[in-house]
Amino acid sequence: MIEERFDAIVIGAGMAGNAAAHTMASRGLKVLQIERGEYPGSKNVQGAILYADMVEKIIPNFREEAPLERHLVEQRFWMMGERSHTGLQYRNDDFNEEKPNRYTIIRSQFDRWFSREVQAQGALVICETTVTELVSDAYGKVIGVRTDRAGGTIFADVVVLCEGVNGLLGTRARLREAPKPEHVALAVKEMHFLPRETLDARFNLHGDEGVVIEAAGVISKGMTGMGFVYTNKESVSVGMGCLVSDFAANNDTPNGLLEAFKNHPSIKPLLEGSEVKEYAAHLIPEGGYKTIPELFGDGWLVCGDAAQLNNAIHREGSNLALTSGRLAGEAIFQIKSRKDAMSKQNLALYKKLLDDSFVMKDLKKYKDMPALLHANSQNYFLAYPQLVSKAMENFLRVDGTPKLDKEKATIASFVKERSWTGLFGDAWRLARAWR
Amino acid sequence: MSATPPPPARANAKKELPEHFRDYKHVWVFIEAERGDVHPVSWELLGEGRKLADKLGVELASVVLGEPGEATKAAAAESFSYGADVAYLVEHPALADYRNESYAKAVTQLVNTHKPEILLLGATNLGRDLAGSVATTLLTGLTADCTELAVDADGSLAATRPTFGGSLLCTIYTLNYRPQMATIRPRVMAMPARDADRTGRIVPFTPDLAEDEIITKLLRFVPDRDSNKSNLAFADVVVAGGMGLQSAENFQLVKNLASVLGAEFGCSRPLVQKGWISSDRQIGQTGKTIRPKLYIAAGISGAIQHRVGVEGADCIVAINTDKNAPIFDFAHVGIVTDAIRLLPALTEAFRQRLSPHQRDRLAG
Amino acid sequence: MKILVCIKQVPDSAQIRVHPVTNTIMRQGVPTIINPYDLFSLEEALRLRDKFGGEVTVLTMGPPMASESLRKALAIGADRAVLLTDRFFAGSDTLATTYALAQAIRKIEQTFGKQDIVFTGKQTIDGDTAQVGPGIAKRLGLLQLTYISKIAECDPDKGEVVVERRAEGGVQVLKTAMPCLITMIEGSNDVRRGALGDTLRAARAEIVTWSARDAEIEDLTKCGLKGSPTIVKKVFAPAPRSEKAAFIEPGKNAAESADALIAAIFTRHPALEADMTKLASGL
Ligand SMILES: Cc1cc2nc3c(=O)[nH]c(=O)nc-3n(C[C@H](O)[C@H](O)[C@H](O)COP(=O)(O)OP(=O)(O)OC[C@H]3O[C@@H](n4cnc5c(N)ncnc54)[C@H](O)[C@@H]3O)c2cc1C
Ligand SMILES: Cc1cc2nc3c(=O)[nH]c(=O)nc-3n(C[C@H](O)[C@H](O)[C@H](O)COP(=O)(O)OP(=O)(O)OC[C@H]3O[C@@H](n4cnc5c(N)ncnc54)[C@H](O)[C@@H]3O)c2cc1C
Ligand SMILES: Nc1ncnc2c1ncn2[C@@H]1O[C@H](COP(=O)(O)O)[C@@H](O)[C@H]1O
Repeated sequence: MIEERFDAIVIGAGMAGNAAAHTMASRGLKVLQIERGEYPGSKNVQGAILYADMVEKIIPNFREEAPLERHLVEQRFWMMGERSHTGLQYRNDDFNEEKPNRYTIIRSQFDRWFSREVQAQGALVICETTVTELVSDAYGKVIGVRTDRAGGTIFADVVVLCEGVNGLLGTRARLREAPKPEHVALAVKEMHFLPRETLDARFNLHGDEGVVIEAAGVISKGMTGMGFVYTNKESVSVGMGCLVSDFAANNDTPNGLLEAFKNHPSIKPLLEGSEVKEYAAHLIPEGGYKTIPELFGDGWLVCGDAAQLNNAIHREGSNLALTSGRLAGEAIFQIKSRKDAMSKQNLALYKKLLDDSFVMKDLKKYKDMPALLHANSQNYFLAYPQLVSKAMENFLRVDGTPKLDKEKATIASFVKERSWTGLFGDAWRLARAWR
Repeated sequence: MSATPPPPARANAKKELPEHFRDYKHVWVFIEAERGDVHPVSWELLGEGRKLADKLGVELASVVLGEPGEATKAAAAESFSYGADVAYLVEHPALADYRNESYAKAVTQLVNTHKPEILLLGATNLGRDLAGSVATTLLTGLTADCTELAVDADGSLAATRPTFGGSLLCTIYTLNYRPQMATIRPRVMAMPARDADRTGRIVPFTPDLAEDEIITKLLRFVPDRDSNKSNLAFADVVVAGGMGLQSAENFQLVKNLASVLGAEFGCSRPLVQKGWISSDRQIGQTGKTIRPKLYIAAGISGAIQHRVGVEGADCIVAINTDKNAPIFDFAHVGIVTDAIRLLPALTEAFRQRLSPHQRDRLAG
Repeated sequence: MKILVCIKQVPDSAQIRVHPVTNTIMRQGVPTIINPYDLFSLEEALRLRDKFGGEVTVLTMGPPMASESLRKALAIGADRAVLLTDRFFAGSDTLATTYALAQAIRKIEQTFGKQDIVFTGKQTIDGDTAQVGPGIAKRLGLLQLTYISKIAECDPDKGEVVVERRAEGGVQVLKTAMPCLITMIEGSNDVRRGALGDTLRAARAEIVTWSARDAEIEDLTKCGLKGSPTIVKKVFAPAPRSEKAAFIEPGKNAAESADALIAAIFTRHPALEADMTKLASGL
């Protein structure tokens, strides 16, 4: 047992944990942050797109120092057919602005840098140490943590759980339920290294410009899931993820899907000749608003993925983690400044700040989306992409069939597959969930 | 030898050999003898040293240290059979067993007296221990663990060695200091043919040593009597298994095949790290380098660190389920199949093929 | 007892990539670790300290980032860390490295007291020379004990040590005197995990950071590129073998595949069959 007491203990040095620790340490609180990885970021997985605004709110001049890969100027949404894709492509030279809004990053590098900033603010950060348990007093108030190191119990006024999607500690302490298979996606990701010149030429990039491809359709074999290709400086991140429950039901593996995705004729040429390094698998909480657990209690708060704060529709996670971590830090600082106790009642401030932020507002907006996509995954992820591909082919192939007949054939194929009611139903449900 | 790739300044460094090094001549090979047994790497180095000496038009000398007596003299004589023109015979009671103090002193004195241009040692425990001290005392360069030696147009020694865990090779020079020293891994250079009729000149050398000035004392020597100790490095046939075997139990399949073939067995590093196989069986960069006539690799991916240890084999056979496994880039014969199923069948097929009956057929 | 351990921060070579076009090392994103061999020496040093009392100092020469490795060594249990860092050291080969490290050890002895044992790792996984240990020993006039598998006895009062040293054909049991330099071989001990208190102490510890001047290294011509007799002229990727393996089509069952494989081996290497027949029958 360690005699020393801290104002706050932060568990985890991912996006949420670093945001929380930075916020508190920079305001003069005595913070201990505990990370199980060899170094901050060593185990963390993300696509990874970083949203500048949420980092700026913590470290305003981060662009000068942080290891950023490329800023994004182009987005491609691809609806994948078996051997085709139908794409929507958006590129804007205005994204080449002085303070770009989105960047690709490599988490192991970014987190490491972020953690150095946290340490520079005076937080004590220890790695290769796993928190095994929350320590509570007789009244159930969390008063510290136990770790897997000898002599490893240590106390604080408040414990901030930023342990990521698995949330084992929270579950173990009965602060939340274990996430259900239909509420988490399993994503796999590979880094494909290419010489910079090759990469620039292949993706039509100059300088530090970057592009994102997001792909949905037959590649997930009817399951709720997506594939992605992100450009880094000298590598391409390629990944694929689907709901865990779907994998179980379809007897499919993420690796199998990723292999197929990489071999898709629209993707393969982009990766040609690359050297694969780093293979990672990680969960993403995708249950949305309805699966958010209790966010605070006596002596504890939970942020980021551990709190299911993730917007699967927009592929946003790190920004919600950063924001929730920051707000947790601010709430604790305010309570501490008033010399109040870290009671459940006082910590409700965190929930209030979250509710007022984009985090809860966005998640609320899409509260019905996850269930909808899951229930209709066969249509959204298999039938429609196939139909669209067929329609496009029909449209483009010049073979002497009158255009009117072609149109009729296209519509007929949609109706045959889904029926008029089905089509309208899908559209209506999608629109409503989006609203 | 530095860990960092060369800054440009160094790449341009020119040869400007100072005057006092100009009379350094000839190629020397340190003959490593422990308790009378010469380590085969010494003969391999004489083979390589011969080529360098011929190219430079100088003599090849062996350096033989040991206690006064027959064994030491025999090693010197034997060195002629492997190509030496001259043997420096350094006999002294304090050289009976290897100790850094006495050996480093003796070799340093010999170098300062007879001034070689190149000094080669085996990259064994003994060779590395000694080379490091000698080079530091002489304040000259030493390139460790080389896999290739050559002489440049201007007569400089170009020593090539793996770097960064074997992912890259680098060529290193000691342009302006003498001698140019290098240690070379056992089994990397081919064993030269032995010519029993070859003779040479013995040059005795008496080092300035006194036992009572040597602080380190050998209390005991415990030889490896353990018959299990592998003879991997020198085996003609080696069968090895990797993570593709999936369990310690399945490794028995490799042992079975090895035993039918009268071969040694080996493994890749993860099996050692998992504690399945003892470390003296590890093949590769941080394990043994082997040079068998036949190498069979079952369930080994062929990572560069493994590759560097087996590349000298005459015939490499790879069994792997992944047709893109890197091992197929350097194997001679490959089969894409499950090793766990193939190995028993292969064992049986070899047993029949190599049976005495078959042997008679071959003889007849 | 006062014990010094030299450690080096190295790139985790398992994760190194070579740029396919320029053949240079792509360092970006390659994590660094304490040279794994150094940990066995560190552990042995800690055991001696735990037994006889005293303190363990870790020393590294490297870029400022190398302080991370020192902090890790503190978290494992070392008492003090010294970082020797200066641009003059860039490009050092082993001879220049041993000069700088030996000077730094002298300075450590002036500042923190005479060291009884200096440990280094058996070798590094990047430089991989196993020369730095012997070089330091020579420069400081320490008795040199490399490839040690066990420290059998240690008597700080008499200044004596008995060690077991891995030699080619067996184990040498050697008795020598302190001060000495020891390198441990891998697997000679199990490296400990520091207690929580150690990690807290390490996270806060001040790392003694010395430039060449701080360490009173006066002769800069012996450092860095200037002080390095060896010259790396060329770094290149191993040439790929031009032909790929001859692939044998697997048969209907394992037995057929085995026959096909053996046939292929013996057709390509006819001399092998006779050799192997002899070997197989133990002749
Ligand atoms: C493949 C993939 C692609 C993604 N792409 C994007 C994207 O492009 N943009 C985006 O915004 N989001 C993306 N996300 C989501 C984003 O990665 C997460 O939302 C974000 O990382 C959550 O941050 P966090 O701090 O909550 O959790 P994490 O980043 O997972 O951090 C948790 C930390 O806690 C540590 N930890 C866990 N348990 C313990 C313990 N018991 N003791 C000590 N330490 C512990 C872990 O080691 C880890 O460092 C992606 C996710 C995946 C898997
Ligand atoms: C500094 C350093 C030094 C190293 N030194 C060495 C060294 O000396 N020696 C060494 O070996 N490694 C060394 N390594 C490790 C090396 O990088 C590789 O990790 C290691 O060689 C991989 O071992 P493997 O091929 O057995 O395992 P893996 O890489 O896991 O490969 C297993 C292979 O088996 C195949 N396979 C799977 N199932 C089957 C089946 N049923 N039948 C047939 N094939 C199957 C797979 O396709 C795969 O190719 C070193 C690494 C570092 C960083
Ligand atoms: N830059 C360095 N700083 C501290 N110790 C070093 C350094 N380089 C090498 N060493 C030590 O010397 C040992 C042998 O290194 P090497 O000769 O490079 O194989 C290492 O295991 C370290 O203990």
